[in-house]
Amino acid sequence: MRTVRLRYLPVALAALALVLPVTSLTDAQSKGTIKIATQSPLSGGQAALGEGIKLGTQLAIEKLKGPIEKLGFKVELVPFDDQAKPDVGVANAANVIADKDILVVVGHLNSGVAIPASEKYKEAQLAMISPANTNPTVTDRNYLNVSRVCGRDDVQGVVGAEFAKTTLKAKTAYVIHDKTTYGQGVAEFFKADAEKKGIKILGFEGTEEKSNFDPIITPMKAKNPDLIYFGGIYDQAAPFFKQAREKGVKATFMGPDGMDSSDLTKIAGKAVQGMYYTSVAGPVSVYPAAKEFAKQYKDKFKKDPEPFAAQAYDSTAIALKAIEAAIKASGGKVPSREQVSVAVRKTKHTGITGTIEFDEKGDPKKALYFVLQVASDDPGKWGDNKEVKRLSIAAPPLKKS
Amino acid sequence: MDFPLLIGIFPQVLLDGLILGFMYALIALGYTMVYGVLEFINFAHSEIFVVGAFVGVEILLTLQAAGLLEIFSPFLVLLVVLLLGMLASGLLAVTVERVAYRPLRGAPRLIPLISAIGVSFFLQDAVRLVESIWRNAFNLVYPTMDTLNIRYSFTETLDVSVKSLVVIVASLLMLWGLHALVNRTKIGKAIRAVAEDQATASLMGINVNRMISLTFLIGGAMGGAAGVLFGVQYSLINPYTGFIPGLKAFTAAVLGGIGNIPGAMLGGLVLGLLEAFAASYLSLLTGGAFGAEYKDIFAFSILILILIFRPKGLLGEVVRERA
Repeated sequence: MRTVRLRYLPVALAALALVLPVTSLTDAQSKGTIKIATQSPLSGGQAALGEGIKLGTQLAIEKLKGPIEKLGFKVELVPFDDQAKPDVGVANAANVIADKDILVVVGHLNSGVAIPASEKYKEAQLAMISPANTNPTVTDRNYLNVSRVCGRDDVQGVVGAEFAKTTLKAKTAYVIHDKTTYGQGVAEFFKADAEKKGIKILGFEGTEEKSNFDPIITPMKAKNPDLIYFGGIYDQAAPFFKQAREKGVKATFMGPDGMDSSDLTKIAGKAVQGMYYTSVAGPVSVYPAAKEFAKQYKDKFKKDPEPFAAQAYDSTAIALKAIEAAIKASGGKVPSREQVSVAVRKTKHTGITGTIEFDEKGDPKKALYFVLQVASDDPGKWGDNKEVKRLSIAAPPLKKS
Repeated sequence: MDFPLLIGIFPQVLLDGLILGFMYALIALGYTMVYGVLEFINFAHSEIFVVGAFVGVEILLTLQAAGLLEIFSPFLVLLVVLLLGMLASGLLAVTVERVAYRPLRGAPRLIPLISAIGVSFFLQDAVRLVESIWRNAFNLVYPTMDTLNIRYSFTETLDVSVKSLVVIVASLLMLWGLHALVNRTKIGKAIRAVAEDQATASLMGINVNRMISLTFLIGGAMGGAAGVLFGVQYSLINPYTGFIPGLKAFTAAVLGGIGNIPGAMLGGLVLGLLEAFAASYLSLLTGGAFGAEYKDIFAFSILILILIFRPKGLLGEVVRERA
């Protein structure tokens, strides 16, 4: 068996040798291809948000690739499905690094995936621009290659607690989280600040349960809190809220930006009508410059942009600008990944969600935080959610340790 | 410690635990019956459970889209959905046995086990594929039927919804029906004979293959019923929903003494209650040091203890050793 295989080896090599020059010839017609990767959950329970990130990026590349094409490069999108799982995200990251044409990653959706995956990107100094990751650790590691266009959970949690205290006048709260980096993180920030403001925390529970919340709801109902805060994502929060209302829990519901998807009302219906959530990404309607984007998105993909699609669009715009600058700086040649990472940090961009400028560690110098209220039990009307409050808050500076 | 609260929620937790326990019991029957007859674990059973849940949600969503959901009595609708879910799951289980297990009947015992795991993966992704093409959805939600959500309050902390009662009554009826079928009918006698000794049973004129198919049909139908009830009770399902309940039900079957039908029922109830009490009381009793997330650790620790002292499960001795 072995001799047979070896006998064909030279033939195979010869065939390969014939094919290789041809492929490099076709490449030589343009100066090469530059790829932008997205990493977000495209399958599974959070696919609605993840797909929004991919489509936002796709639209941005189509609309804004002109300047780079003029310099002689093709621009391509390479979407990856991280399934909202850290292990999948990291495995994809290895593939992303291996493809030398990829100069920027736009993603992820989940902080718990972004943090380990960006350790991989750092090995190659590959720029990651995050449209959605709010956990402080994402940028607090002070990596040159990691930036984000959205706000942070240590601010978002405080914004939530502030709203609970001053507007909702909550005296007691019960906090649930999903035990992920993101969900537990924001829940802890909410809890800490709520306690500081004098709201009594009646319970703090983590759960990975996805369907049966009865045993958590029973003691919660008995303690009768004014407010229930769910640090997590809609695919888990929605059945929880639904079951809680069905079991007669009367508390006001609240959550962070993980609630921000029309799937929340699709699953929970009436139960979440009127609930509040904080967000780092307002609905497209709050950004005047995003109207045109929303129209183009709907024309092309036949659906309304999900939250973070506009942020992904802006992340990609920054990526394209930075790549263009880096190409020019390196004399028209393909820039190195590190050059692109440096250029991303220097980019100041006025996009559809406002003006974005990065601080030394990769946070936007000023980020918008919203408190929103779910307007209707009809998932088609998710875009009508009412903006109750809007704040522009600077990112906390890097703690020198 | 807040004793009035601890005592106040007791009946509600008991009820939650019973509902969960009945569901585990229904699923556990599928594991235990197949084990009783073939001595192998049908790991695809958790997907047979999920298929029942999906058939249920599809029928309900179709009825809702056609505007028929409000017209008929919800109990009638539920009965039809339950029967169709049972039928679909039962037939699927029979097909799986015919395609993936029967050709391996003579093989070493680990081989059909691997085949079962393969079928499990295949069915998960088949359901995912079909639903993503058909509805472009991953999570499906059982439509709300108002009558089923009516609640009767007994005390401040205990109230019972109609659908909880439906789940309990339906489970009890099915468990009783199965018990009667296996112990009081000729078919049941034949199944028991096959479980005891296939060769001798066939010499007595029993069609062994048909009895094995029947076992899969009944076990699968119970799983399908559990799937529909699960959907009605907890409302959200996705193609991977079956994994955890399947694992728990398998554990329940082992706890009760695998191969033993009353054992599976008892094991399911014990596990459901343990889990509900652990999840509700752990954080209250430890002042938040151990939260609800430790429920599985707690439940499984007790399980290990039970199995140390009764290695064959709670009702394990009733099963006779095979020759």
